[in-house]
Amino acid sequence: MDTSVTIEHVHRDDEGSKLGMWLFIFTELLLFAGLFIVYGVYRYLNPEAFHLAAQQLSVTVGTINTVILLISSATIAMASSAIRLKNKALTLILLATTIIMAVIFMVNKYFEWSAKLEHGFFPSSDILHKLGNGDTLFFGLYFFMTGLHALHIVVGMVLISIVIIRVNKNSLTHENPVLLDNSGLYWHLVDIIWIFLFPLLYLIT
Amino acid sequence: MAQEEVTQSHVSFRDVKGKYTGLFAWIFSTDHKRVGLLYLYSIITFFLTGVVLGIFMKLELMAPGRTVMDAATYNAIFTLHGVIMIFLVVVPGLPAIFGNFMLPIMIGAKDVAFPKLNLLSWWVYALGAIVALSSLFMAGGPPDTGWTFYAPYSFKTNTNMLPAVIGAFILGFSSILTGINFIVTIHRMRAPGMTWFKMPLFPWTLYGTAWIQILATPIVGITLLMIVGERILNIGFFDPALGGDPILYQHLFWIYSHPAVYIMILPAMGAISEIIPTFANKTIFGYKAIVISTLAIAFVGYFVWGHHMFTAGMSGTALYVFSLLTFLVAIPSAIKVFNWVSTLHKASIQLEPPFFWAASFLFVFMVGGLSGLALGALATNVHLHDTAFVVAHFHYIVFGGVGFAFMGAIHYWFPKMWGRMYNTRVATVGWMAFFTGFCFLYTPMFLLGIQGMPRRYYDYVDRFHGLNVVSTVGSWVLFIGLAIIIINLVRGARKGPIAPKDPWGGKTLEWTIDSPPTLENFEEIPVITKGPYDYS
Ligand code: HEM
Ligand SMILES: [Cu+2]
Repeated sequence: MDTSVTIEHVHRDDEGSKLGMWLFIFTELLLFAGLFIVYGVYRYLNPEAFHLAAQQLSVTVGTINTVILLISSATIAMASSAIRLKNKALTLILLATTIIMAVIFMVNKYFEWSAKLEHGFFPSSDILHKLGNGDTLFFGLYFFMTGLHALHIVVGMVLISIVIIRVNKNSLTHENPVLLDNSGLYWHLVDIIWIFLFPLLYLIT
Repeated sequence: MAQEEVTQSHVSFRDVKGKYTGLFAWIFSTDHKRVGLLYLYSIITFFLTGVVLGIFMKLELMAPGRTVMDAATYNAIFTLHGVIMIFLVVVPGLPAIFGNFMLPIMIGAKDVAFPKLNLLSWWVYALGAIVALSSLFMAGGPPDTGWTFYAPYSFKTNTNMLPAVIGAFILGFSSILTGINFIVTIHRMRAPGMTWFKMPLFPWTLYGTAWIQILATPIVGITLLMIVGERILNIGFFDPALGGDPILYQHLFWIYSHPAVYIMILPAMGAISEIIPTFANKTIFGYKAIVISTLAIAFVGYFVWGHHMFTAGMSGTALYVFSLLTFLVAIPSAIKVFNWVSTLHKASIQLEPPFFWAASFLFVFMVGGLSGLALGALATNVHLHDTAFVVAHFHYIVFGGVGFAFMGAIHYWFPKMWGRMYNTRVATVGWMAFFTGFCFLYTPMFLLGIQGMPRRYYDYVDRFHGLNVVSTVGSWVLFIGLAIIIINLVRGARKGPIAPKDPWGGKTLEWTIDSPPTLENFEEIPVITKGPYDYS
């Protein structure tokens, strides 16, 4: 952003930027923590219904997505190293792989969601209301939590795309890799939230 | 370097010529001082809007029955008043205005850690405000749930809840960005030699506040999102008909909103801790105790949210624990009051407007705090819950505490921010009217509450009439005081005599630089060797 009255000396503090990013990540975790609390409370109140409802989710698809995210976390971490090794081509390949993984994740998510919608398992559907409160809440939470998480994936993809463009234009190099590092941190956050969501929604049945 | 020449010629940050002129030179500037003033002007605008709504409410309450508006309008107005005052005025209030302006200067830095993020936070704030207030202009009208958006009414009412709730969510983002910025600034950018315990108290309180901002705000963020989900998708999170639990909403809401009152009050305490030593010409008494109590408040403040829900239905154990913790959190606040009073003890005090505000702060803060204990005790709470007593309590604390500290701060730092002086006599008269009006406005509400007058009603039974008239007249006196103050400050900023570097004899860093500061604040970053309030 161009600014008129701006401090002209360029203040650069990579440590500070990372500290800022960590703090931001912390707030994101807390955002989801609110949902984890709500999930915990309703699971406690409707153990039976949550048990049965969770069996509707496909552990296979969930596992595949978990593996995909783990790999993508690894590739972006490797990109951070690659740029320090001044290997631009490798950096770009690794970043592109990360994005491709994210796309595959979203495609999986799309099929998973459409299957649920087809069966009528979506918030405020008649089928759910007939099944009872526990199922309504479970699928409400399922869509809300995975939806919010998917939103984070999209934000992460945008962020990584910006990094790719800047690496390509050589405006992000081994001399100022902090944006890449921070995008990586953000991506790990997206990953770790999934690591919580996966057992909560798919595994504990 | 070209930059150094500019600094040397002592051009104030207001006169620096940049790429843009006029309004754009402000709304696109990343200079922390300009961002602070941007916040100031926007917050003042909202504050005045909120005050006018408050005056209308008092007008309605002047007599029983319908006076100037019907019940539905009253409900909408108290909601708007609460939303504006809380989310748009007092939560950003002191950190965004004086924090932005003074924090870098007081720790000897040229700007905050992330200047662009800082400007962004103002833009996000403006966006949130526009979204929240757009509910006024849409069919259905403004929300009528009260600023607490309690479920299940908040997703059943036909008024425009979504803009208000989404607006509050966006405002939370702005708050978080400011918090992150301040924490990093304080960690990374203190001048050489400024160890933690050589840092002035206002930055300390901003530090505590920033932590609460980033730790508590996400919870209300997700809670508000759940209300949005509830209204759009009818998920059932808080709808008993679908298995949801409205009490859970209250828990989530207050997990944020109680710590939020410390977001409001801590920086206010910080400002008071700056004003008192300057006007007492004395080192502050118990510097470390004030720092530690600041952190203690920030910490314990997390675990007392249940005192808003004593009558909502909680287990007996929870009631006792929350009540006990509420009493505990009062201790660090009391420590601070003792420290301020001890600083004044045997001091040669300069009687100037900022000091009057600080002294009256001590009074209203104490009344507000002690009435809070009455509400924190289980037995009395049952009687006082949801009565005018509560309204009096939080106005004493929030309006009295934060408002008075704000007024003190603006009279204190005015010469630094505008480089000119206001008329101190007129300022004193304004303060007197304001303070008198304040006491007449809210003290009767304590009595009305004890007698059983409920809050959030546009009507009442005849026996409450007398005290309500007193209260309404008080609101007019307060308004006159406010008008005097604002006119005096605006005149001072335009035509007042040029202010020296250090008109009050303050010892913190902001008084060592030009009034108003230059773009980069310091020609040379200072090296700190002494504590902040060195009057020896
Ligand atoms: C001239 C100044 C003010 C006047 C005359 C005023 C008056 C009032 C009145 C009459 C009520 C409604 C009581 C009820 O029916 O329940 C109210 C509520 C409230 N006021 Fe103020 N007030 C003023 C300033 C402030 C300030 C500065 C704040 C911010 C800290 C504030 C925060 C609130 C809040 C949070 C509520 C509760 C709204 C709700 O019930 O949802 N007020 N005020
Ligand atoms: Cu509270």
